[in-house]
Amino acid sequence: MKTLFTTKKAIFAVGIVIGLIAVVIQKLGNPANMGICVACFVRDIAGGLGLHRAGVVQYLRPEIMGFVLGSLLSALAFREFKPRAGSAPVVRFVLGFFAMIGALVFLGCPWRALLRLAGGDANAIAGIAGLVGGIWIGVLFLKAGYNLGRSQATYTSAGLIMPLVMAGLLLILLFKPQLVTGAPFFSTEGPGFMHAPVLVSLGAGLVIGILAQRTRFCTVGAIRDIILVRDFYLMTGITGLLVGAFAGNLVLGQFHPGMAGQPVAHTEFFWNFAGMVLAGLAFTLAGGCPGRQLFMSGEGDGDAAVFVFGLLLGAAFAHNFGIAATPKGIGEWTPLFVTIGLASCIAIGLTMRKKI
Amino acid sequence: MERIDVRGLSCPQPVVVTKKYMDTIGSGEFEIIVDTGTARDNITRLAGNCGWAVANRNDGDDILLTLKK
Repeated sequence: MKTLFTTKKAIFAVGIVIGLIAVVIQKLGNPANMGICVACFVRDIAGGLGLHRAGVVQYLRPEIMGFVLGSLLSALAFREFKPRAGSAPVVRFVLGFFAMIGALVFLGCPWRALLRLAGGDANAIAGIAGLVGGIWIGVLFLKAGYNLGRSQATYTSAGLIMPLVMAGLLLILLFKPQLVTGAPFFSTEGPGFMHAPVLVSLGAGLVIGILAQRTRFCTVGAIRDIILVRDFYLMTGITGLLVGAFAGNLVLGQFHPGMAGQPVAHTEFFWNFAGMVLAGLAFTLAGGCPGRQLFMSGEGDGDAAVFVFGLLLGAAFAHNFGIAATPKGIGEWTPLFVTIGLASCIAIGLTMRKKI
Repeated sequence: MERIDVRGLSCPQPVVVTKKYMDTIGSGEFEIIVDTGTARDNITRLAGNCGWAVANRNDGDDILLTLKK
């Protein structure tokens, strides 16, 4: 059982399943080319909680909760729940913050970059090229000795914090309390208004959480491992995702090739590229893509949980301060914060080289 | 026998540290102690790709890998 899931065939199959789930929940209501987007969905959660004021992207996305809770269930079932924490948490928070900034300049995390490509959005090519570039820079730091130090085993209750936060968000979504403050906030138009039925989304998240926990599915690790050690295992998984989503889109009539007018996307090539250089670098320095960070937080990894909180704040900041792009193009502070983000990540890569 | 401790290191550090040691000694036998299934799987795959034989056994909450070439 231990090795059943960690073969190339298995992770390819899991990739196909994830790709198919993504395009099917898009058909059932999720935004176009956004069946699953970890960055966008965490951003929607930030909006649902009222952390930002972009009215069109506010929803408590159950897929994200399912990712964490599914991973928790799988980790418990396979005795892989290991509460751990303490590997430079504040650095991980900052990396999460800037990873989200970069992703929202492109308008998607690595998962959505693949789904955009599978839906025919040629702008995704610039984003994926940037992602590869950012990961490549990250690998240079890794080879030069960059690391954030060791985590320590911690309390079971500490390892359960992120799953409990997700369970709490799920309760808010299911019971929809109407507070006088207006919270929780749900979009009445735009991408935040578009969603599959709650239980379908939750089920999709749970299934993906379980499968990804077993296979260690990671979209950033896929590219990193090829550059670092010529290992194609994780790449086989994301190839499966691309194949599954592409085939599913063809069958469901969701493949629309082109550049202009693509859903929740802009055509500024340079910023699509640069945003994902930043995201790719931040994800690599943190040890994995945003999906993987969610799965690890479900396994009890408190450092991954801190990264996820960084994503949440990054999303709020990006929308409040005009850093996130919109379909019209980049925002007022996009260039400034992509620059600050890159400088910060490079400083982290250069200065954090504890000997292990 | 040399024992390398990669417990508590996040991805891809266990692989980076193992690869470095493999390249340093070229061939021989050494042990690596890991604390997650992910690190065990990643090192096992790396070893296979580089022509090292791997045996693993549980060591309390940790996993001890023996690599030989």
